Amino acid sequence: MSAATLYGLCSAVLIGLGLFGLLTHPQVLRKILAFNLIGTGVFLLFGIAARRGAAAGFGGDPVPQALIITGLVVAFASTAVAVSLLLRLFQETGRTTLPSDE
Amino acid sequence: MSKLALMPGLATAGGFLLVIAIILPVIGMLLALALRGPYPERIALVVMPAGVAVAVTITAELWRTRSVLQYFVGGWAPPLGVAFRADGLSAVMMLTSALLISGIGLFARAQFPSPREGEARAPSTFWTLLLAIWGALNAVFVGGDLFNLYVALELLTFAAVPLVSLDGRAETFTAALRYLLFALLGSILYLLGGVLFYAAYGTLDIAMLSGRIHAEPVAWAAISLMTAGLLAKAALYPLHLWLPPAHAGAPAPASAILSGLVVKAPFFLVVRLWFDVMPRMPEQAAAQLLGILGAAAIILGSVVALRQARLKLLIAYSTVAQIGYLFLMFPLAIRPETGHPWSATAWTGGVLQAISHAFAKAAMFMAAGLIAEAFGHDRIERLAGAGRALPITVFAFGLGGLSLMGLPPSGGFIAKAMLLTAAVSEGQWWWAVVVLAGGLLAGGYVFVVLARALADPIEPLRLSATASVRRQGVVLAVALCAILLGFVPLRPWELLQIGRPDLATIGLR
Amino acid sequence: MALDIFLGLLVLGLAVWIVSTRDTLAAAVEFVAFGLVVTLVWVRLAAPDVALTEAALGSGLTGGLLLGASTRLARAETATSGERHGAVLRLSAAGVCALISAAIAALVILLPEPAPTLAPEVAANIAATGLENPLPAVLMAYRAIDTLLEVVVLLLALLAMWSLAPDHLWSGLPWRPDAVGRDGVLTFVAQLLAPVGILVGIHIFWIGSVAPGGEFQGATILAAMWILVTMAGLRDMPPMSRRWLRVVLVIGPAVFFAIGLAGFAIAGSFLGYPPSYAKQLILTIEIPLTLSIAAALALLIAGPPERAAQ
Repeated sequence: MSAATLYGLCSAVLIGLGLFGLLTHPQVLRKILAFNLIGTGVFLLFGIAARRGAAAGFGGDPVPQALIITGLVVAFASTAVAVSLLLRLFQETGRTTLPSDE
Repeated sequence: MSKLALMPGLATAGGFLLVIAIILPVIGMLLALALRGPYPERIALVVMPAGVAVAVTITAELWRTRSVLQYFVGGWAPPLGVAFRADGLSAVMMLTSALLISGIGLFARAQFPSPREGEARAPSTFWTLLLAIWGALNAVFVGGDLFNLYVALELLTFAAVPLVSLDGRAETFTAALRYLLFALLGSILYLLGGVLFYAAYGTLDIAMLSGRIHAEPVAWAAISLMTAGLLAKAALYPLHLWLPPAHAGAPAPASAILSGLVVKAPFFLVVRLWFDVMPRMPEQAAAQLLGILGAAAIILGSVVALRQARLKLLIAYSTVAQIGYLFLMFPLAIRPETGHPWSATAWTGGVLQAISHAFAKAAMFMAAGLIAEAFGHDRIERLAGAGRALPITVFAFGLGGLSLMGLPPSGGFIAKAMLLTAAVSEGQWWWAVVVLAGGLLAGGYVFVVLARALADPIEPLRLSATASVRRQGVVLAVALCAILLGFVPLRPWELLQIGRPDLATIGLR
Repeated sequence: MALDIFLGLLVLGLAVWIVSTRDTLAAAVEFVAFGLVVTLVWVRLAAPDVALTEAALGSGLTGGLLLGASTRLARAETATSGERHGAVLRLSAAGVCALISAAIAALVILLPEPAPTLAPEVAANIAATGLENPLPAVLMAYRAIDTLLEVVVLLLALLAMWSLAPDHLWSGLPWRPDAVGRDGVLTFVAQLLAPVGILVGIHIFWIGSVAPGGEFQGATILAAMWILVTMAGLRDMPPMSRRWLRVVLVIGPAVFFAIGLAGFAIAGSFLGYPPSYAKQLILTIEIPLTLSIAAALALLIAGPPERAAQ
C-alpha cells in the first residue's frame, strides 16, 4: 500500500468523523470545527489525487494542489463568516445553539 | 506583440460575451465596495440595463448561430484551463436573471435609498450584494468546469446569506446561520464529489467528463455526493428546513431574489450534472428517486403552506413546494435516446416552470412586502381590506398565484401542462396525479390569502403609508412577466434545444 | 512508510479527540495541533506549497479564529457542554457516517491505476508562463479565473461579516480584548517579531515563482503580523469605512481585472498573457493582490465593528 492510499483511507475516516461531529453537536462552534475536519478530509483526497499523479518531474500533479490552496482560502472565509454570525447571534440572544437543532 | 498561440480550441466568436456577463456585475460590486456612500446604488442602476443588454445579446448570438457559445479563459483549453459554455438553457436563465434583478432593483430603491450624506449599512450592503449575486448567478449559468462552479456557488452563498439578516433582527441571525450551515454542507459534499471525479477521470471539465465517464462505483458515488450537496442548497425535501425562516425573515426584495433566482442556481447545476455529464450512464432509476423527492416537496410544502398564519412564511413554504415541480423534470426528460419527442416537452416544461416561478414568486414576495409595510404586520387573518388599500399590489399577488396554481394564461399553466403531457404520454401517470394535486393545494393557499385581502375590514383601517403607484406598478410588471410567458406556444422551444445533444462533443480534443 | 502510518494515526487520534471532547476551548486548541500535523502530511505528500498554506491559514489563522470565538463564548459553551442529542440519534448518525467512510475508503482503493494526471500538460505549457514553480502557473495562468473569483469571494465574505454590525456601529472598529496594555511580554514580542515576520512574508511571496511560496502564503504571514501588532496594542484596527482601507482591499482584484481585460487586446483572450512578458504581467498582478489578500485576511480575523470609532 502506498503512502497516498494510506492517507486516502485516513481522509475517508476523517470525513466520517467530521460528519458525525456536525450531526451530533448542538453547539454551533463545534459544528464549525467539524466542518473544518470534513474540509481537511476532502482536501487530503485532492492531495492523494495529486500525489498519485506525480509525473513530468513534479512530485505531484500541480492542478489538484492548486485547487487545495483555493479551497483552503474559501474554507477560511466560510469559517470567519460562520463564527461572526454565531458571535452576533450570541450577542443578541445569548444562545450558542440553534433552536430545535440541525 | 505575439498573440497567444496556445491551444486554438473551438472557442466561438461570441464567446467573449460570456466573460462580460460575469465580470460586469463583479466589477460593479468591487467599485461599490471601494466607493461607498451613494455609489453602490448608482452603480447598480447603471449595471442593470447594461446587464440586460448583455443577456439579450448572448441570446441573440445563440439564436443566430444555433450552436453553443464557448470560451476558453486565458486561451487555455480544458482539461488544463477553464471553459465557459452557454447553451439555450444558460441564455434563458441569464435573461431571466437580468430582467428580474432589474425589476427587483427598481422596487428596492424606495426601501434601500442611499442617504444624502455618509453611508448607511443596509442600503450600501444591499446594492453591493445585489451585484455580487448577479455575477455569481451568471458564473453558475455559463461555467463549464466543476471547480469553477464550486467557486461560483461559494460566491452565491456569501452574497445570499447576509441578505437574510439584513434587517438585523435576532431571529434573522438564527435563520442566516442555519442557511449558512446547510449551504456549507452542500458545498463540501459537492467538492467531495468533484475530487472523486478528478481522481478517477483526470478532468473537471463538464464536456470532457461526459466523454470519459462510465457506469462504475466511483462515478455513481461522485454524482450522488454532488447531487446531495446541490439538493441541500436547493432546499429539496428533506433538506428544506432552512428555507422558510430564511426567505420569510429577509426584507422583501431580498426574499424575491432568494426565492426567485438564488435557489434555482443549484437546480441548474443538478440539470448540468444529470443531462450533460451523465448522459451515457443508465440513470432512469435514480431519476425516479429525484422525482419522488420532488413529489414529496410539492405535497408536503403545499400542505404546510396552507396552515401558515404569516403571509411571508406561507409564500416561503410555497417556494419549497414549487421547487418540487422542478425535480419532476428528471424522470420525465431523461431518456436513453436523445431527441425523444416527449423528453423535449418535459425539458421545456421544467425550464419554463423555473422561470415563471421566478417571476411569480418574486412578485408575490414584493407584494407581501408592500402589504406588510402598510399594515405593520403580515398576519393573514388581519389583512382584510388590503385589496382596497393596495389594489394593484393585491392584483399582482393574484397574478403570481395564477402562475403558481397553473391556471391559464400563465407561464405556470404552460409549464405544468407540458409536464402533464409528458407524464401521461410516457406512461408515468403518477407524476400527473402529483402535478394536479399540487395545483389544487396551491389554489388553496392562494385563495386563503386573496379571500382575506378582498374581504371588508371589520373596523376602519389605520395604515402606515401605502406604497406609491409606481412602486406597485413595478410589482405588477414582474407578475405580468409570469403571465406573458403563458402566451408561448404549447410545444418544445427551439431555443432551449440549442446545445442539448451536442453539448458533449464540443471542445474535446 | 512507518512515519506515514504514525502521522495518519496521529491525525485520526486528534480528530477523534476534537469530535468527542466536551470542552470547546480544548477542541479549538487541539484543532491547531491537528492543523500542524496535517502540515507534515502535506510535506509527506510532496506538496510544500500546500503545507505552507495549511500551516499559516488552515492551522494558524483558522485556529486563531476558533480560539478567539471559544474564549468569547466560554461561559455559554460550558453551560451547554453537557448537552448532547439522544443516544438513538447519535447511534444512527454514527452508523451513517461509518457507512460513508467505508464507501469513500473503498473508492480510494478502487481508484484507477495508472492515475490520470495533468502534470505533463502543466510541464509542457509552463514555459509560456515564464514561471518555474508549477503551482503559480496553475493559479495565475491556467486557472486564473478561479483565483480571481476566489479573491472576490474573500472580499464578499468580509462584506457579509461587516453587514452583521448594528446600524449605529457601521463605520466602527472591530472588537478588541480589554486590558490591552502597551507593556508586557506580548508587546515586546510583537515589536521584535513584526518586522521580521513582514520580511519573511514578503520573501515567501517573492520566491513563489521558483520555489514553494506565493501570494496566499505571503499574504497570510503579513496578515498574521498585523493581527499580532493590533493584539499587542501597538496599533488599532482602522475603522472599516476608511477610504484607503477600501482601496487596499480592492486594488488587488482591480489590477487583476485590468490586466485580464488587457489580455483581450494583447493576447487574444481574457486573462491571457503573451509568452514574452507573461512573468512580468503575473508579478504585476501578484504584488497588489498580496496586499489585498493580506488586508482581507486580517480584517476577517478582526471581525465586524463592535466599537464606535472615535
